[in-house]
Amino acid sequence: MSTAAVTDKRHSTLRAASLPRWTPWVIAAGSLVLGIGISMAAGLDSQVQWGLIAAVLFVLGTFGVAARVEGRRQAKDRVATSLVWVAFLLAVVPLVSLIWVTVVRGVKVLDVYFLTHSMGVVADTEPGGGIYHAIIGSLEQVGLATLIGAPIGVLTAIYLVEYGRGRLAKAVTFFVDVMTGIPSIVAGLFILSLMLIFEMQPFGFAGSLALAILMMPVVVRSTEEMLKLVPNELREASLALGVPKWRTILKVVLPTSVGGITTGIMLAVARIAGETAPVLLLVFGNPFINNNPFEGAQASLPLYIYQQFANSAGSGAAFDRAWAASLTLIAFVMILNLVARGIARWKAPKTGR
Amino acid sequence: MAKRIDVSGLTAFYGSHKAIEDISMTVEPRSVTAFIGPSGCGKSTFLRTLNRMHEVTPGGRVEGKVLLDDEDLYGAGIDPVSVRREVGMVFQRPNPFPTMSIFDNVAAGLRLNGNYKKSELNDIVEKSLKGANLWNEVKDRLNKPGSGLSGGQQQRLCIARAIAVEPDVLLMDEPCSALDPISTLAIEDLIGELKERFTIVIVTHNMQQAARVSDRTAFFNLAAVGQPGRLIEIDDTERIFSNPSVQATEDYISGRFG
Amino acid sequence: MDISTTTDVPPPASQPTIAERKRAARGATRPGDRIFLGLSRGSGILLLVIMAAIAVFLTYRAVLAISKDHANFLTTFEWNTNVLEPKFGIAVLVFGTIVSSVIAMVIAVPVAVAIALFITHYAPRRMSGPVAYVIDLLAAVPSIVYGLWGALVLVPHMNGLFGWLNDFFGWTGVFSWDEGAPRSMLTVGILLAIMILPIITNVSREVFRQVPQMHEEAALALGATRWEVVRMSVLPFGRSGVISASMLGLGRALGETMAVATVLSPSFDIQASLLNPGGGTFAQNIASKFSEANEFGRDALIASGLVLFVITLLVNGAARLIIARRAEYSGANA
Repeated sequence: MSTAAVTDKRHSTLRAASLPRWTPWVIAAGSLVLGIGISMAAGLDSQVQWGLIAAVLFVLGTFGVAARVEGRRQAKDRVATSLVWVAFLLAVVPLVSLIWVTVVRGVKVLDVYFLTHSMGVVADTEPGGGIYHAIIGSLEQVGLATLIGAPIGVLTAIYLVEYGRGRLAKAVTFFVDVMTGIPSIVAGLFILSLMLIFEMQPFGFAGSLALAILMMPVVVRSTEEMLKLVPNELREASLALGVPKWRTILKVVLPTSVGGITTGIMLAVARIAGETAPVLLLVFGNPFINNNPFEGAQASLPLYIYQQFANSAGSGAAFDRAWAASLTLIAFVMILNLVARGIARWKAPKTGR
Repeated sequence: MAKRIDVSGLTAFYGSHKAIEDISMTVEPRSVTAFIGPSGCGKSTFLRTLNRMHEVTPGGRVEGKVLLDDEDLYGAGIDPVSVRREVGMVFQRPNPFPTMSIFDNVAAGLRLNGNYKKSELNDIVEKSLKGANLWNEVKDRLNKPGSGLSGGQQQRLCIARAIAVEPDVLLMDEPCSALDPISTLAIEDLIGELKERFTIVIVTHNMQQAARVSDRTAFFNLAAVGQPGRLIEIDDTERIFSNPSVQATEDYISGRFG
Repeated sequence: MDISTTTDVPPPASQPTIAERKRAARGATRPGDRIFLGLSRGSGILLLVIMAAIAVFLTYRAVLAISKDHANFLTTFEWNTNVLEPKFGIAVLVFGTIVSSVIAMVIAVPVAVAIALFITHYAPRRMSGPVAYVIDLLAAVPSIVYGLWGALVLVPHMNGLFGWLNDFFGWTGVFSWDEGAPRSMLTVGILLAIMILPIITNVSREVFRQVPQMHEEAALALGATRWEVVRMSVLPFGRSGVISASMLGLGRALGETMAVATVLSPSFDIQASLLNPGGGTFAQNIASKFSEANEFGRDALIASGLVLFVITLLVNGAARLIIARRAEYSGANA
């Protein structure tokens, strides 16, 4: 009896009613128009609402049409597809908005003057001034953090890949993972607790230490991945020639993976360059130019953005400066990212696949 | 139930690369047809065009006709999903769904297509597992994961899964290449039983296997590396292995190349 | 795990190297090897020391502060440290941190999983690369820029949505709105969702990409639609990966400082409604209260930071454990 049931269902033809290829586009366009129409009629003024209404109409419309023509299974499939597309658009909207707003508002005051002057004689609520002092502070703090964090990170990765075994290596691996998840403000509080004990005032290098802590696990992870890509045959070939292990690592393993390691370090630099919280606690901010990271409060780009936003009582001039500084920071981070990816592609180890 | 396959002028591409060219053949219902030939000659690609799995590969595309009892699989309005439901497939490596139990694996295809009562499902699963000669080995642990079985058992589980939806045709892509000799024997016996109910097409690297299980044998070859694969000849298995009409077939079978 | 032990049987020609390698690894027959091993092992140990130091020093300062707290540190709805009898507690912060992170997760996880599926299974092939790149860009934007954007662009856009939620769901209490500036937990949660989207997407994407082709073909050959393939093969395979990805995202959301500090209009009480401004999170509270805090106030903030540290440790540790278990699981089946 069950066989009969199966046979009956089985004799459906291979042909299935299916919607033409352009259907999703038509439904999308239709729901967009309808969404905007409904919103206008209901007097909704926020584009967020328009978009949400259109998205809901799109998903429902797809299901309705497909369920009618193609059947439930195909309809479910199409709904899943449309949901996935909606999700993708949802992610693109904020990114586009963020980049667009930053560029449009940022270019208003971003010029050579802005890049070469400090806020020394400018009140936060007045127009004028610039970010020279913040750029100096950022470069020094991030540079020092990299000088500390990168070597320690790379050496730790070498230990884990080339020497590591036993309990110590396991512990290091685990805590590197855990360290990746430390909130930046906690790293800042850690250095702050040391400063409180030694009764120190804020200075640039304190921020560097916190940034270095945030940088290390990132460098370890990426360097580890790169070292693991170096084929063992290379190591063995070198060792078989009687080259000591440390020279093998220095002369064979590291040069082979130097591109990937550099990429990892640059991505880590890009990440810490945007950190605000630890700098806020440890470097404090300073409207004047302070070239010495080891004494006295300094500025930094992300901190500058925050302070222009927070301390300016809604002044348009301060917001303009915040956007311009954001544009500078994003440009810096993006360039680092692009160069890092370029290096990765250019120096990619030939794994012989 | 078992259906006849008529292929005419079939050419398959991977992107711009032509993998097989201008293949025509007929596969009779309730028979076993074996595809043999050297590696890279496109026999697996051809097999995958018969249930429209080839186009799943990125860049995969097909020209020509595949008629399943007079209905062109590549015709307008044909739903590839329905095609795959009627033309079942067993793969080179056993691939039961790792997170599903043995029972759920067999029932997976049925659950996709409509609502079955629990008792109906039980009947079909039992029947399919019996059909795959696996029932006696697993009837006490139907709720255990399918990945716990041996390789040969997993492959028979995959066969049970494929036949549970009662397809017209069963395609087998080197189903024994990952198995030991005893499991291979079990599968070969099973193929002999299944051909009573299904049209079976099997790709194999093992010529003895082709000789043992198939009624008809098709020999594929390619002119040179990078050239598309072609069908050299198809004939009764006995004839292919005793007195083939093309010299290349004889060379291949007697082990002079490939 | 030493990589040299994972090689296959080496060819006879390299037999002598094994002995040599072992000698080199065991330790330090040559000064060069000894120094190099010392340096690299030292770096590893330094990392452990830093972790331990973070725990120890935060705890030390926290104990200093909590011992002088004239109220219950866990249950007090107040943060008053610049007075003779300081009273401060983290109840509001615990609530706010959890609420904002939960909102972020509820929004971000489904969207991130969908985007990961989009990249691996749905997007036209020419599109999936650029889309993955766009997601990476989202990850590269500094959090302070998100904060600025959130405060100056997102917040005004929330008015319409909030009015709507209030109209339709205001009766629940959770979505009632007094028409104040929408600098509330919901806005914070939405902004956090945008910020943690990339990390969840990227990890999920990697997991989905590793789904063996043969599992997907198994479903396809049974006549499954694309969605059914995803449901039968991709999602079950990727489930634990998605869970751990979400935990990593949660870790980020819990500790995010600047984006919350710029968007939220804080207060030291618990709002029943997600739409009305108020509340606070650990990180935001530290950033906002820091500049006006004296030394004791800073210790109190460190005490709250210690709680945040422990919470993120637990969340991240759990995520790593899930990943590790998955690695063993898939290794056993390979």
